[in-house]
Amino acid sequence: MNRRALWLTAASALIAVVSTASASNAQERVVNVYNWSDYIDSSIIEDFTKETGIKVVYDVYDSNEILETKLLAGGSGYDVVVPTASPFMARQIQAGVYQKLDKSKLPNLANMWDVVSQRTAAYDPGNEYSVNYMWGTVGIGYNEKKVKEALGIDKIDSWDVVFNPEQLAKLADCGVYVLDSPTDIFPTTMNYLGLNPQSTALDDLNKAEEALLKIRPSIRKFHSSEYINALANGDICLAVGWSGDVFQARDRAAEADQGVVVDYVVPKEGAEMWFDQMAIPADAQHVAEAHEFINYMMKPEVAAKASNYVYYANGNKAAQPLLEKDIIEDPAIYPDDAMLAKLFTVAPYDPKTQRTVTRSWTKIVTGQ
Amino acid sequence: MTRALSAITNRLVILVPYLWLLFFFLIPFVIVFKISLSTTAIAMPPYTPVLGLADGFSGLMSQIGEFSFDNYLWLTQDALYFNAYVSSVVIAAISTFLALLVGYPIAYGMARAPATIRPTLLMLVILPFWTSFLIRVYAWIGILKPEGLLNQMLLGTGIIDQPLVILNTHTAIFIGIVYSYLPFMILPLYSALEKMDYSLIEAAQDLGCPPISAFWKITFPLSLPGVIAGCLLVFIPAVGEFVIPDLLGGSQTLMIGKTLWNEFFANRDWPVSSAVAVILLLLLVVPIMFFQQAQARAQEEGR
Repeated sequence: MNRRALWLTAASALIAVVSTASASNAQERVVNVYNWSDYIDSSIIEDFTKETGIKVVYDVYDSNEILETKLLAGGSGYDVVVPTASPFMARQIQAGVYQKLDKSKLPNLANMWDVVSQRTAAYDPGNEYSVNYMWGTVGIGYNEKKVKEALGIDKIDSWDVVFNPEQLAKLADCGVYVLDSPTDIFPTTMNYLGLNPQSTALDDLNKAEEALLKIRPSIRKFHSSEYINALANGDICLAVGWSGDVFQARDRAAEADQGVVVDYVVPKEGAEMWFDQMAIPADAQHVAEAHEFINYMMKPEVAAKASNYVYYANGNKAAQPLLEKDIIEDPAIYPDDAMLAKLFTVAPYDPKTQRTVTRSWTKIVTGQ
Repeated sequence: MTRALSAITNRLVILVPYLWLLFFFLIPFVIVFKISLSTTAIAMPPYTPVLGLADGFSGLMSQIGEFSFDNYLWLTQDALYFNAYVSSVVIAAISTFLALLVGYPIAYGMARAPATIRPTLLMLVILPFWTSFLIRVYAWIGILKPEGLLNQMLLGTGIIDQPLVILNTHTAIFIGIVYSYLPFMILPLYSALEKMDYSLIEAAQDLGCPPISAFWKITFPLSLPGVIAGCLLVFIPAVGEFVIPDLLGGSQTLMIGKTLWNEFFANRDWPVSSAVAVILLLLLVVPIMFFQQAQARAQEEGR
């Protein structure tokens, strides 16, 4: 092929690409989804496109803060987002970030689990703006072997290991990480102290601060994601973290096969629940497609497929018989009824309490 | 005709950096400064007032009337912010000094190396930039952690019998900053030392000056523009550094980057975090001006 012919071919190919792109823009239906990284079985997206003909532009983030900043700045361009209910989504609803769902377009809402939807209503009254995708707890992830060496116990079952200063001191040398998230750790501490985890009374917050200052010397680091790697590599022996992250650490440790065994427990005193909710931003461009996507995600077989892939519990009752046994029967993922009753939720703090809590947290973490 | 044309192109060439500064520095700064005068609100965007001409010109004026310096007052009421600024400056200053100690001999060695291998040495200094900054900082976690490469090596050779605790301390932050910013120190030092006329040293030695005092009397003063440029290039970004203290430092490390993060993300207080950023900028403008003056003086002398 001579040079001239090459140019002509290239030019015509380019024209072909441009014209098909503009032609498809005219007819193709699209939904822009923004979800957590590593949070979906990609075949679900392919099946959705096959079934509905709607193309999914799938984008991921790794922190609620990034999502929130984009949403508050406006014009994010996303049609479906998956924020964590508290404190993020609740506050975003107040700020007017989302639009109300058209429930007539979501017949699969009938599949949802009332245990979860009753609780998410604390953040989203009447569940008018959101539908649950996955949920989990704030518990203890630990290295089985190292904890046994230090404490002489096979399994952790109580928050005593963390909040009793003498017990935690025994783990200090092999490493303790705690979430850098006062909105999760303050309620968890107050629950352990027998106080109302929802309390915003200054007195209760001070008691929690005092308890946390007592265990502070034994905590190596406060961080909200480092503990996944640290647990998986066997660098630390205990982390207070989100269930899903600890399961990720457990899987990575098992894959690496270096003899590190990571376990997760929802302690017997109870734990905070978190919920990741699907919602539609107020300025979404493809509202009809967004509803179709959310409705599709609520199909029992789709919700089950999602959980079977990511190993998180979902808020879909009809999906439960379709879940794999090692998920539905694992009390760390699906706690039994007695434990479910002990799990608590916390509404977001008002700005003034939030500032007090953040300031108190800085004092605990940095000593300033 | 051609002269007129070249005058116009000259002007245009000068215009480019000014436009750059206008669009990527001055306008963003004005926006941040404006937010720092606002009040936080649960809204989209999360502060008031949002300037707009919806209510006409008088509406705009009344919105401007709502601006206040309360956020700056707030920063003076809690010692946290002051301590964070001081701690950032101290950490950056120590790191800069260490980078100078490490960088100077390297730059000196490069400048005195045979001219044929200098380009290779220069490339080796820049080579680490080919790997992502984040990955290189993560690699230091693997080196410094209690069961990491460094401790295994020292334990294996019997130099120590207890693993050193380096990760999550200030030492790890210094190591991280010196490592990451070392090329910024070496390059200006190298360019200053390379231009030096080494016959001056020979002359000093011929006249009986010992090598060490020849270094302090001739080499170091002549390399001073490079020292200043290198120190500022390391110091300025190190003050606002967030990633290195976050990954390598312990939680007790107080730096202004983390305080800013807390204000912006944990408190969702865009106005106060903007005020923190404005103060940080003012804090850095002083050394930057100093840097520019030193540069200008060096150019004058170079002529």
